[in-house]
Amino acid sequence: MKRGELMVPLMLATAVFASALVVIRTKHENRALVSELESLRDEHERLDMEWAQLQLEEATLAHNNRVEKIATEQLGMTEPSDYVIVSADR
Amino acid sequence: MTAVRNRSATPVGAWRSAAVLGLLALGAVVVLGRAFQLQILERDFLTGEGNKRHIRTMEIPAHRGAIVDRRGEPLALSAPVESIWVVPSALLESPAHVTALAKLLNRQPGEFSKYLTARKDRRFVYVSDPLSPAEAQRVLSLKAPGVFSEPSYARYYPAGEIAGQLVGFCGRDGNGLEGIEKAQESLLAGHAGERRVIRDRAGRVVEDSGEYREAEPGDDVALTIDLRVQYLAYRELKNAVAKNKAKGGVIVIADSSTGEILAIASQPGFNPNNPAERASKGTRNRAIVDSFEPGSTVKPLLVSQALELGAFQPGSLIDTTPGVFKVGALTVRDVHPQGVVDLTTLLSKSSNVGAAKIGMTIGAEAVWSGYQRFGFGEPVYTGFPGEATPVLRNFKEWGQIATATASYGYGFSLNALHLVRAYAALANDGLMSQLKLIRDGRTLPPQRAVSANTARAVRHMLEHVVAPTGTARRAAVAGYRVAGKTGTVRKVAETGGYAGNKHQALFVGMVPVEHPRLVGLVMIDEPSADGYYGGLVAAPVFASVMQGAARLLQIPPGDDAPTVPEPAARTVALPQVATAGRPQT
Repeated sequence: MKRGELMVPLMLATAVFASALVVIRTKHENRALVSELESLRDEHERLDMEWAQLQLEEATLAHNNRVEKIATEQLGMTEPSDYVIVSADR
Repeated sequence: MTAVRNRSATPVGAWRSAAVLGLLALGAVVVLGRAFQLQILERDFLTGEGNKRHIRTMEIPAHRGAIVDRRGEPLALSAPVESIWVVPSALLESPAHVTALAKLLNRQPGEFSKYLTARKDRRFVYVSDPLSPAEAQRVLSLKAPGVFSEPSYARYYPAGEIAGQLVGFCGRDGNGLEGIEKAQESLLAGHAGERRVIRDRAGRVVEDSGEYREAEPGDDVALTIDLRVQYLAYRELKNAVAKNKAKGGVIVIADSSTGEILAIASQPGFNPNNPAERASKGTRNRAIVDSFEPGSTVKPLLVSQALELGAFQPGSLIDTTPGVFKVGALTVRDVHPQGVVDLTTLLSKSSNVGAAKIGMTIGAEAVWSGYQRFGFGEPVYTGFPGEATPVLRNFKEWGQIATATASYGYGFSLNALHLVRAYAALANDGLMSQLKLIRDGRTLPPQRAVSANTARAVRHMLEHVVAPTGTARRAAVAGYRVAGKTGTVRKVAETGGYAGNKHQALFVGMVPVEHPRLVGLVMIDEPSADGYYGGLVAAPVFASVMQGAARLLQIPPGDDAPTVPEPAARTVALPQVATAGRPQT
């Protein structure tokens, strides 16, 4: 058997083997990327939820009723009318 | 050992190798045959079964849009929650955990374990209202057997009862059931997406199989209301209803030129965050879904029509003596007979006899068409579910009596927004804008109700209603010129006819007179404390809300504003301010 005759199938076999490895690798990378995408989507979802929670919290804290209560009861503030006599003596 | 030594003794029969070969061949055929069956014959079935086990169609939930006010403050928001569910039989095996769980869920341990025992056969029982993620985490950290949580979304209403009847609420499955939540369902809801994925054994998604449809989240809906004005209006209305021991009340504040509603509230109220209150009477947005007879508040509209037709001039005199006017079987009465009055006095003293005489002079058709011009014959088209349609019969069905009563606002019914819209037309120099609840950029062109001259003349007449001699001096707003009209409407009794002791106190007005920006309506239903007159009960609410609203919206006071009414002056002590760190001079 000549050496050249053996070369062709051998090279083809190597190429097939190499491409099989690349396919495996690509598939693996694909799955890794998909799972990364997945975790990013989850993160997105989580941040969305957090944003909703924070908005809710802000709205609750800034509720007019609460602000008014604190202003009048804790800080002793009053709504000024347009005409107020302020006594200057202390 | 010795028994093995004799292996070369007898030659092996040829049949044995044939038998071995034959067996091997048979084995090969069986294996190949099975392979053929699996790979070729049952391939589709098996692929399908395999896919069923790891290819899943997952739903991508679409978030429901928020409802915000005109400044972007949230009125309705979706936020994540966890619902706790248990497998009763598993949980009951560990009584210590039952007690601990009951404590966290604010339930009586004894009652809770009875509750579970009664449902022992079930595999799935919800044991709490939706909890916040943090609370759910605390429950799960008990590590009680058979306790799980399920994430979902719940709708929160940060403004609570302040805007409850307007915003409405959603049901447990997240569909709008009332108010704007219902009206704008298609915009708010969005569409859930879908994707086909391959999952590994642990349930992680490892591959998208190509089919992917993005979720379309619902749109946010911006309302025209201003939460600050809404709060103020609601607070004042609530106080007034409590103070007057009234059955309920309505308040509406609108921008007179654009028709945008800045505040709309009614009493009794309810808290949309509390599911138990959702069945109460408080869920009715009475400003939109209830209708009533407008009473004296229509007199300015009648006067506008009379001026518009030229039948009367601003200086025309009408003799209302002796304060009683008989039309057929009907006797129209004034509470305080006024004698000969001009149109300004007619309005500021709210003379029924005067109004009836104007109505009889211009005739049924003119009265009717006047009201039609102010939109009393058509709905307001707010898009709010359950809007009350007006009832205004055709003038051809009116007799003498109906014409007279219609002149001072009886015999037909409207919802509060009709009156607001009509007064907005007077405020906007005769151009009547459509009222809006939603800021969607769409505006209908305003309709002309009356000429600008008529509108201005009537506004100036209405200013006298708020003057110290008028029926509504309590509607005066310090620093601004105010025009408006009171109404004290007798309610229709359940037995038919009018109830002598049941009234609705009304005030409709605008601020400031020269270039009105705001129109407001206050209605107090069945006040039963001190008085029931519109000028006594409803007008003060109007004044305090408008005072605040004008400040919040930075509406400049007019230069020619009347001087401050006396009771507004107040003495306030300067607060003690720490001045530490200041250099002594």
